[in-house]
Amino acid sequence: MTPFSYARAGDAATATRLGMGAGAKYLGGGTNLVDLMRETIEQPDSLVDVTGLSRTIEERDDGGLMIGAAVRNTAVAEHRAVRERYPVLARAILSGASGQIRNMATVGGNILQRTRCPYFYDDAARCNKRTPGAGCDAIDGFNRTHAILGASPACVATHPSDMCVALAALGAVVHLGNATGARTLPLVDLHRLPAGRPEVETLLEPGELITAVELPPLPCAVRSTYRKVRDRASYAFALVSVAAVLDRSADGMVRDVRLALGGVAHKPWRAFAAEAVLRGRPADEAVFRAAAEAELADAAPLRDNGFKVELARRTMVAVLNDLAGEAA
Amino acid sequence: MLITINGQGTEVALDPRTSLLDLLREHLELHGTKKGCDQGACGACTVLADGERILSCMALAVQYEGRSISTVEGLAHGGALHPLQQAFIDHDGFQCGYCTPGQLCSAIGMAAEIARGVPSAVTADLAAGTISPSRDELRERMSGNLCRCGAHNGIIDAITEIYTAEAAE
Ligand SMILES: Cc1cc2nc3c(=O)[nH]c(=O)nc-3n(C[C@H](O)[C@H](O)[C@H](O)COP(=O)(O)OP(=O)(O)OC[C@H]3O[C@@H](n4cnc5c(N)ncnc54)[C@H](O)[C@@H]3O)c2cc1C
Ligand code: SF4
Ligand code: FES
Ligand code: FES
Repeated sequence: MTPFSYARAGDAATATRLGMGAGAKYLGGGTNLVDLMRETIEQPDSLVDVTGLSRTIEERDDGGLMIGAAVRNTAVAEHRAVRERYPVLARAILSGASGQIRNMATVGGNILQRTRCPYFYDDAARCNKRTPGAGCDAIDGFNRTHAILGASPACVATHPSDMCVALAALGAVVHLGNATGARTLPLVDLHRLPAGRPEVETLLEPGELITAVELPPLPCAVRSTYRKVRDRASYAFALVSVAAVLDRSADGMVRDVRLALGGVAHKPWRAFAAEAVLRGRPADEAVFRAAAEAELADAAPLRDNGFKVELARRTMVAVLNDLAGEAA
Repeated sequence: MLITINGQGTEVALDPRTSLLDLLREHLELHGTKKGCDQGACGACTVLADGERILSCMALAVQYEGRSISTVEGLAHGGALHPLQQAFIDHDGFQCGYCTPGQLCSAIGMAAEIARGVPSAVTADLAAGTISPSRDELRERMSGNLCRCGAHNGIIDAITEIYTAEAAE
């Protein structure tokens, strides 16, 4: 690890003041950043510990929730309002990492965790994300865990978060701040596709801090779930995952639907094309299939990950079938 | 900085790069907590921070200034093993023993999570306030602790004996 200085920030104003410097980085639970620093992939000069920021989950009058950036992953998943009103979010978080890591990981850090592409971690490999312009050893390498949607010739990595897939489906809004002001961004716009610059992963400005994540009211999210497909039953990253909210009317039509995919792209992938096919149509398997086809029409598999296309299709259909059955 | 280790206030001067695991093992000579992977993948380094299970290899020690850390060395009292330690012996919950300190701390933290009603990925009804610690629940919740000797069945038997008895009381 390269030497660095360490300071704690008790509030957002202190954090953004300390985080202004060029070599500064915010530190959440450290479960991703400390690892990357040990591998010297990240080499900050100073760490600003932001685990002292808001740890409250505020229930808003409109029925939504405001989740502080420093709330631990476990605390989100165990919160009564999350379990009852946004079960997809509790399930997504609980299917990620391990009990110990969820106790340490913060909401802010989970959103900004970096890819698990093995070439990104291997300093003997070429990686455009680590060294812009160096090339990408994954494109013609072992790429069964890599992206099938939205990738570029520069980078085929995926975003590893489970939590973010649920947040994408729920239309979460991320609250940001820096030394000069505050703004919000929809979670689905916060992460970038790689295009020609895979080293730029988000729309955050330098020094910008995540202060909170807002869940808008979504009463139909009581019928929502998350399914994660992986190489072992627990404690593994997703090959493919699906977050879904389904609102079915009494006559069996899709009144509203929210669908997002994990493990398939450089960002949590909101399945807008599938949603457009589903809305106002009968909630049955033929329509679910058509929706999944529409979403995956542009899928571009690599040498080893063609199975993800079929896996994503089947998982979407299965999850929608489950939710439709539950609503019946 | 001041940090409490197994109930004892301890003053240490540290390079901020020092992990909590290295503080325990290299600076305080508490060798019970083990380093398996040093990257969050095995659970051998699990300790309790104010009663919550965490991975000491992923934690910078400076982040835990002022906190209270419990390690496997703090489990036995006056020569008497913690009941879970005895149960690990009775149920063959280990072979080489390398993962055991992490398994013990993890299980103790996990039991507190179950008592608090924290759901898991295999909990069918998320809205239910209480969790029944079935074998599936215990296996899922302990999946962050690997055992190369394959003692998992004995480990789950030991945990079941201690914590389902407690739940039944
Ligand atoms: C073995 C292992 C298995 C895992 N499995 C899974 C899995 O299956 N699914 C899954 O989703 N995740 C998994 N994870 C990843 C884990 O969820 C993340 O490491 C964790 O969520 C990161 O949160 P943190 O608070 O520790 O972030 P940190 O490591 O502290 O920070 C991560 C990044 O976020 C930035 N940051 C932190 N807080 C803020 C803020 N408030 N504002 C701006 N920037 C900020 C930091 O600068 C850093 O760049 C796994 C991790 C490990 C080690
Ligand atoms: S896929 Fe992206 S992260 Fe992986 S080696 Fe290529 S450029 Fe690097
Ligand atoms: S040594 Fe910490 S998880 Fe393996
Ligand atoms: S007893 Fe040997 S690793 Fe678990």
